Amino acid sequence: MKTIEKLKTIRVALAGNPNSGKSTIFNALTGGHAHVGNWPGVTVEKKEGKFEYNGYNIIATDLPGTYSLTAYSIDERIARDYIVKEKPDVVVCVVDSTNLERNLYLLISLLELGANVVLDLNMADIIEQRKIKIDTKRIEELLGIPAVMTSGIKGTGLDKLKEAIVKAKDRKGNSVKINYGKEIEEVIRKIEEQLDGIVSPYPKRFLSLKLLEGDSGIIEEVKKAGYENVVKTALQESSRLEKEFGFDIETEIIEKRYGFIEGIVHQCVKKLTTIEEKLTVSDKIDKVVTNRWFGIPIFAFMMWLTFQLTFTIGGFFADYIDTFFGWLAESSSAWLLSTGAPNWLASLVGNGIISGVGAVLVFLPNIMIMFLFLSFLEDVGYMARAAFIMDKAMHAIGLPGKSFIPMILGFGCNIPAIMSTRTISDERDRLLTILINPFISCSARLPVYILFTGIFFEKNQGLIVFSLYALGILIAILSAKLFRTAIPKLKGPVSPLVMELPPYRLPSLKVVSIHTWERGREFLKKAGTIIFAGVIVIWLLASIPMSAEYASEATLIGRLGKVFAPLLKPAGFPFWQAAVALFFGIIAKEVVVGTFGTLFGGEENLPIALSKIFTPLSAYSFMVMSLLYIPCIASIGVIFRETNSWKWTAFSVIYSLIVGWGVAVLIYQIGSLLI
Amino acid sequence: MMALAFGRPGEEFEVAELRGGRGFIRRLSEMGIYPGVKLSIVSNQGFGPIILAINSTRIGIGRGMAMKIIVKPLKTKEEIP
Repeated sequence: MKTIEKLKTIRVALAGNPNSGKSTIFNALTGGHAHVGNWPGVTVEKKEGKFEYNGYNIIATDLPGTYSLTAYSIDERIARDYIVKEKPDVVVCVVDSTNLERNLYLLISLLELGANVVLDLNMADIIEQRKIKIDTKRIEELLGIPAVMTSGIKGTGLDKLKEAIVKAKDRKGNSVKINYGKEIEEVIRKIEEQLDGIVSPYPKRFLSLKLLEGDSGIIEEVKKAGYENVVKTALQESSRLEKEFGFDIETEIIEKRYGFIEGIVHQCVKKLTTIEEKLTVSDKIDKVVTNRWFGIPIFAFMMWLTFQLTFTIGGFFADYIDTFFGWLAESSSAWLLSTGAPNWLASLVGNGIISGVGAVLVFLPNIMIMFLFLSFLEDVGYMARAAFIMDKAMHAIGLPGKSFIPMILGFGCNIPAIMSTRTISDERDRLLTILINPFISCSARLPVYILFTGIFFEKNQGLIVFSLYALGILIAILSAKLFRTAIPKLKGPVSPLVMELPPYRLPSLKVVSIHTWERGREFLKKAGTIIFAGVIVIWLLASIPMSAEYASEATLIGRLGKVFAPLLKPAGFPFWQAAVALFFGIIAKEVVVGTFGTLFGGEENLPIALSKIFTPLSAYSFMVMSLLYIPCIASIGVIFRETNSWKWTAFSVIYSLIVGWGVAVLIYQIGSLLI
Repeated sequence: MMALAFGRPGEEFEVAELRGGRGFIRRLSEMGIYPGVKLSIVSNQGFGPIILAINSTRIGIGRGMAMKIIVKPLKTKEEIP
């Protein structure tokens, strides 16, 4: 009997250290067509891709890059959970062959977890260049798992890797067992016995080891399963060992693992030449870019260049997009009216959706170009250095060096800035960095400053704008300090710096464009969902009742403006127009300018109209309010996505509203006394 | 024996001890800094973080952490020709 043969599916997970070339291997296997989503419950990116080999349909999942599988960071928890709970058929462990010792540490963790591992010895091209020989046959014998050599960059060895995956699919785990020495082995056996009958996806030996290592996630797991007394035993046993033999059990376990690894490396790796590694080109570059005197100026120059190019090139396209949406809004409402559609529909489409979404999409070129440069700097390896040189200064304000990049990006746009906090592994540091970001004055606020300083501070325009930027930074720093000391969830020391500085390399255009697109797409998605919804709400407020003119005093938003105007009195601008402009500013900060334009019958009337209701002092306090008062809709959306919590999102909105109002009032009141 | 933070560029060491809590030991060990490993200093400017070399990997590490890594000198500056 003949049956139609369906492709059999093999699920593969890719694990590996950061900088092991795992992403390159993933892209090479899947042809760069990955589905990007989020891991459940967290906002760490999850990449999945498919490829076919030898009649098998292979689904590959790219696990986050990790150094081991403790519960230490979100990334490691995700990787561990995926392997244990989703049980992929095969786990490919991608290692950097030029630094086998450390990379094999993760392999050991995977093996102890009971995964069905295929070892991918990556960076074969560099190994060859350095005249190092790795005996893969011997590794296979010693570890009892398949091993292949690949070069993700050169694209060699990939077929062998695919074949190894297919061959390994029916293997059941592995049989590697590290001997931790008589004393520890006895304790492990004892704990394993006590764990008898436990229902857990983890192997018992793994659980015992992790209990001895004090892994918080596993302790929870074991407690939940009702084996609380075993946790106690593990604690007692480790302190007994410490007393009797004088060693710290965790250090001992780690040393035994590395001892095992060194044994393997010693037997399988031969250096044909014995030339000591001298300073490489990378080290020479680092001598300059991480120099205590030059480091920061060089970084400042890089950032200046990035912004300069972003805004000159981006601005060029932005103008066209702006014109295009203006035309589209007008002509589509005209067309709708001509087909006999009701007024409100034409207004919704023209004033609401197209103008609103257009106002946000205008930033797309800026954002894409900024991402292009930043992806390039990151792929080159420079971003790690930036975090390195800023670490000391950032510690002073209660943040790690890695938080500096999101702060800098905030000057361009808070959205990519908040998204870029993903590289911060410590959850507290990351949350803190997200929460202070909206105070960094993004480029969308510049039009507001330009409008007001042009009218009220003609002589000191530059100085006044600069003072607003400085104020934003100051508020961000003070908030960081405040949050760190006052919010229990954010308390604690700044995580100290330990980070790999990958060797500099010129990334391919394809890699940089993939990374740029992956980031830009997020922004587009937002424009299509959250911003779209927000725009409709504001349009509704500005159109009801239909009898009134759009966004006039008689509409809901006008009336709301009137309700809120008295609240703005202490800040010096108790006008409903100001309140309405601030409302619209939530869509995007520069919409404040357009709103004043609409309310006063055209932007050309603004110099006269605004100087009638504002004084220089209240104009300044209005600018301060625009700077601080609330993140724009897109930022709010991205804060929600990145914190995955309505609570923190609401906190961010309310806190900034209070701070914005408070500082504006403070400035107006103190200013009134002085003048 | 000395703290790694006092090593100078070009000098080589063997890590003898990690003086810190569990999180500290775990974090460094995962990154390949563990008792017995040989490393050298690429950059130490007497200020701010230090750059280490372990084989071909470069690791940036805060000065505070480097104070808690106790090392045994293998090759000092004077011995390097």
